[in-house]
Amino acid sequence: MSSNTVLETVGLSVRYGETRVIDDVSLRIPENRVVAFIGPSGCGKSTLLRCFNRLNDFVPAARITGQVLFRGRDLYGAEVDPADVRRSIGMVFQKPNPFPKSIFENIAFGLRINGFQDDIGDRVEASLRAASLWDEVSHRLDADALGLSAGQQQRLCIARALAVEPEVLLMDEPASALDPIATGRIEDLIGDLRGDYTIVVVTHNMQQAARISDDTAFLYMGELLEYKETQRLFTNPEDERTEAYITGRLG
Amino acid sequence: MSLRSRVVERVMGALFLGCGALSVLTTVGIVVVLATQSLGFFSDVSPLEFLAGARWSPDLAPRSFGILPLLNGTLLIAAGALLVALPVGLATAVYLSEYASRRTKRIVKPALEILAGIPTVVYGYFAVAFVTPILRAVFPAAGVFNAASAALVVGIMILPMVSSLSEDALSAVPRSLREAAYSLGATRFEVSTRIVVPAGLPGIAASFILAVSRAIAETMVVTLAAGATPRMTLDLLESVQTMTAYIVQASLGDAPSGTVEYRTLFAVGLFLFLITLALNLLSQRLIGRFREIHP
Repeated sequence: MSSNTVLETVGLSVRYGETRVIDDVSLRIPENRVVAFIGPSGCGKSTLLRCFNRLNDFVPAARITGQVLFRGRDLYGAEVDPADVRRSIGMVFQKPNPFPKSIFENIAFGLRINGFQDDIGDRVEASLRAASLWDEVSHRLDADALGLSAGQQQRLCIARALAVEPEVLLMDEPASALDPIATGRIEDLIGDLRGDYTIVVVTHNMQQAARISDDTAFLYMGELLEYKETQRLFTNPEDERTEAYITGRLG
Repeated sequence: MSLRSRVVERVMGALFLGCGALSVLTTVGIVVVLATQSLGFFSDVSPLEFLAGARWSPDLAPRSFGILPLLNGTLLIAAGALLVALPVGLATAVYLSEYASRRTKRIVKPALEILAGIPTVVYGYFAVAFVTPILRAVFPAAGVFNAASAALVVGIMILPMVSSLSEDALSAVPRSLREAAYSLGATRFEVSTRIVVPAGLPGIAASFILAVSRAIAETMVVTLAAGATPRMTLDLLESVQTMTAYIVQASLGDAPSGTVEYRTLFAVGLFLFLITLALNLLSQRLIGRFREIHP
């Protein structure tokens, strides 16, 4: 295993009851790259993403076999505290989900529960700047986060995830609930974060995958069909189902 | 539409309207009776004496119609009951909503709701026959009738309502908020106390207010266990009388219709009604606000 692999799955399968949603997926996510998961609805890309921070733990029917390694360590090992895992592997969701608290408290929450005590104010500012939201909210940090626009809420959620200094950022269709302008800003933001974080983005939008990612994985009915550099996958797909999907004939 | 089905439509419509009107008219009727009889009462007793008087002695001379001792008894028992029901009820709700497995919840929640259906007279008997002797063994100063026993049992009685309604409020908090908090490395306890409970607060507050309302309106337990001594006290070991217990006592007595003693019934009833009405309206407003936040 090369030293710069951050996340790796080995023969990973996920079942919901009788249904197999992820089927024997093995892949590596290299450090500081942006990896996109694409594929038709129901192909298992979100489920796969949620294996990386153990959010599937809360789905009682989900059964996971195979391994998920984070820097070589089994994420599902008996001695692993899922809260520790999630501290290092942040997540941004499909629909913006700010807490019903002030803008400041949305970000301070993660800092406080993770033991940051000093300079919380500075860290809140740094996170908001990193999510390019600071200029819009600096004068109203005490305002209710639910009063922000959807696009601002999503950038707040990204700031909230960045505040606890994760190594990895998982993004589950982060722009699918947003209008084109807000989507553009999220994509720009991913571009800014590129190189500093390892980012895994689930998207159903192929143009988006092509614009923002270094590598792309194509999932189809729970299987990983193709995984390579984004440019190569889109210009020279090997699997005919990948080609059919990216040219719009499948899905 | 055929003539026959048109007739059926008309008749059924009228029938449903009639049923609806019946319950509304009954309520209106009760309010009118309470108000007119109370008006008669207040022509004999000044509202100031009624609301500010610290002595309640409607049938023994020297007569005095200050409702404060009854209000004292009511609030003392309600406060004691809430001291039991609110913390335990909220903790139960958090357990059911955030910690319990789906299976446990499927069993416990209906069980709680069945508990809410036990007749209050059973609770009253339970207070007198079971709780009071234990209390008197622990606190020798406690009377045969005392506020503590009634408060404790009223608390147990409203506990299922508090936990069930609070659990509804917690379960209505969107899963996405929990996922966001867990994704930041929060523990179950942190997610429960810092995200889910604050987000469910309006609904929890509504359940608390309904609990207050029930504790204040509770009749059977307090009549059986707390005694019939109107007095100004904060001592839970003493016997007190609540507004409801007074109404029971006066209804069973032989105050002739038309006398002031008889009309006290309606004045106290009206006062009680206004308190619970205000609490229920407040609770409904909170629930309405909660729905706006979490549609």
